[in-house]
Amino acid sequence: MNENSGLDFESAACPLPFQHTAQIVLGHGSGGKMSHDLVARLFVPSFDNPVLRAGDDAGVVELSIGERLAISTDSHVVWPLFFPGGDIGRLAICGTVNDVAVMGAEPKWITAGFILEEGLEVEILQRVIASMQTATAEAGIELIAGDTKVVQRGKADGLYINTTGIGIVRSGISPNGSRAEEGDIILLTGTIGDHGMAVVSARGDLGFTSSICSDTAPLNQMVRSALDAAGDGIHVMRDPTRGGLATTLNEIARQSGKGIVIEENMIPVKPPVRAACEMLGFDPLYVANEGKLVIFVRPHLAARTLAAVRACRYGEEAEIIGKVGNAPAGMVLMKTIFGSTRVVDMLAGEILPRIC
Amino acid sequence: MCLGIPGKILDIYNANGLLMGRIDFGGVSREVCLVYVPEAKVGDYAIIHVGFALNLLSEQEAQETLELLTQMVEPDITDMEEKNLGHSQ
Amino acid sequence: MKYLSEYRDPKLVHAVLADIHKSVTRPWVIMEICGGQTHTILRHGLDQLLPPQIELVHGPGCPVCVTSLESIDKALAIASNTEVIFATYGDMLRVPGSERDLYSVRARGGDVRVVYSPLDAVRLAQENPQKQVVFFAIGFETTAPANCMSVLQARNLGLENYSILVSHVRVPPAMQAILSSPTNRVQAFLAAGHVCAVMGYWEYPPIAEKYRVPVVVTGFEPLDICVGILKAVRMLEAGSYKVENEYARVVTYAGNQHGQAIIKEVLMETDRNWRGIGMIPGSGWTLRPEYEKFDAEKRFRVESVRPSESPLCIAGQILQGLKKPNECQAFGKPCTPESPLGATMVSSEGACSAYYRYRKID
Repeated sequence: MNENSGLDFESAACPLPFQHTAQIVLGHGSGGKMSHDLVARLFVPSFDNPVLRAGDDAGVVELSIGERLAISTDSHVVWPLFFPGGDIGRLAICGTVNDVAVMGAEPKWITAGFILEEGLEVEILQRVIASMQTATAEAGIELIAGDTKVVQRGKADGLYINTTGIGIVRSGISPNGSRAEEGDIILLTGTIGDHGMAVVSARGDLGFTSSICSDTAPLNQMVRSALDAAGDGIHVMRDPTRGGLATTLNEIARQSGKGIVIEENMIPVKPPVRAACEMLGFDPLYVANEGKLVIFVRPHLAARTLAAVRACRYGEEAEIIGKVGNAPAGMVLMKTIFGSTRVVDMLAGEILPRIC
Repeated sequence: MCLGIPGKILDIYNANGLLMGRIDFGGVSREVCLVYVPEAKVGDYAIIHVGFALNLLSEQEAQETLELLTQMVEPDITDMEEKNLGHSQ
Repeated sequence: MKYLSEYRDPKLVHAVLADIHKSVTRPWVIMEICGGQTHTILRHGLDQLLPPQIELVHGPGCPVCVTSLESIDKALAIASNTEVIFATYGDMLRVPGSERDLYSVRARGGDVRVVYSPLDAVRLAQENPQKQVVFFAIGFETTAPANCMSVLQARNLGLENYSILVSHVRVPPAMQAILSSPTNRVQAFLAAGHVCAVMGYWEYPPIAEKYRVPVVVTGFEPLDICVGILKAVRMLEAGSYKVENEYARVVTYAGNQHGQAIIKEVLMETDRNWRGIGMIPGSGWTLRPEYEKFDAEKRFRVESVRPSESPLCIAGQILQGLKKPNECQAFGKPCTPESPLGATMVSSEGACSAYYRYRKID
């Protein structure tokens, strides 16, 4: 072993990864930074308009008669098709119902386009359809248009579904990402990480089994109750899907230019979800949810809104998790269980299990 | 290199010529290789890293250390709360 | 979670922190060489709660980030082979090679699979007899027993289609290299608890003695880190330089004999290049000649890779005006375009996101 090795350990840097601009990689679908960059770089410039630029979960347009519609579209490519707590069909309906509802709208109609892989068992398709029927009934909406296409074996994971949902925005209400205001209280309607970990578990390639169930659920009734309690005092509602709670809060911080502070010990996580995350090195803040909302509401209406949400199905475990400030603008901070403060960033690409 | 968490051994068996076990992490379970802890018994805790038990966890050591530390807490409680208000801002 | 949650108890952590505050009388520089410990410190903001006299330096403890560019390029070359299923730990997917990463190899049709355990890679070999399965065997000593067992298992099962690309790194030579560097400021080490779970800590007393540096074998939970720092501070204040074990519930002096025996059986020491640092003699392990047939480098003949490093340092991007200083993650140190410090941080999209994700604001 040499003395004076001359190696400089303090300027060692971790290698910066590539930007991946020439080909699509899986990280582009994760809902995090890579997804956002892709949309900003490729899609928005071509279709640029104020509705699209707002960057919310649904586009809101005004009809000449003064009513506003919220319209959202989504494609569902989850694999496996069936997982504990749900399936691609339920996910398709609930996901779009929720995206419409968070704009303060009453979801009314949904369309569904199916891409079926050659060789898909009809029995599987029947199960998916049955599940969609149950979900539409629970949400109180109607499926009014559809389409099916078949692609060759190997060109789809059995089945892909695209949905478009339309709702009528409640008069006098305009919740959207840019409206977060200093002092707003942030409610989270329940435990995080359930859906993402249920799917990872069902996929089987990481080899663990658990009792974790997806939280896929239609939340339009919960939204209705919350709006009944607080009306336009609700500034933002969003469902933290891919990219998790952290990504959604970052999106809102960026859209509004405000700073968000959350408290780690207020964020509910089910014990098996936490255990699975610990094992794989995942952070529950970044794991997808399909039956939860964040609600930003004026402080004097926070208690009422919390009570209203807790009285709803799917909202029993709601908590106040933080509030909005003016600084640091566009960022999310978290007060840890030890009282220190750290930055909570947006998800970058895919969440990957780590050994380090 | 480091991500290893404690899990409880629920079951021990042989598979493909290797000593394996079913480990519970608190609601989540996984099959894990126990070749490096041949002395393991059902009910023991082990540190699991990339699907292998690295070592058994000594529950006695764990209890002793935690007890020692817990004893530190009682007399110091007022002191530390004041200190933390100063430092966490 | 049992034996985990107890070590995150804020009351206990704060009591130990209070003790650290009481014990410290002068500045000290303490280093941990373990990605997992760095992760814990930054995720919980523990460094903010320490007395200002204590400077925590994060050593090159992430095997993902220190894996040499040459190894990454070899991995990419092998993974691009249409006969190969390339199995890897998740952390490696985003690590950049000279021109691309495993993500792009997968996007171009390479069969790259993330596995949780090397035994899963062996299973892939059993299930895909018509393909070659190559496992990217990186890691510190902690991961060596698992990586080695995959080779022994492949041999026992008579698999002809399994091989590993080895890029193991060892901690003690790195510690020696750090301590013997002319610019070294490190006065105490927190030794990586899981490395020591396998290897024991018998390798450290000679190092502590030679360089007069206290070493504390430390676990990974917030309470472990704080107690480890407390023990280090007490030794520093007393001028002593022994080796102590904070992680006694998992680590013994001798370590895991079975694990060490298997490592000796399958691997041998070699020189290794640490990315971003340089060559540290004897700091790596590679397959012994008896296990050559499982060596992917020999099976796939990847000698012709010519690695060329792209700018690592984020300060380089600042110099080029691509990033603003306040986007630099230079942790607790001012960094300006005029005087970049050589970033120790990586962007949030980094292979190791611990640094950026959990940074504090200035």
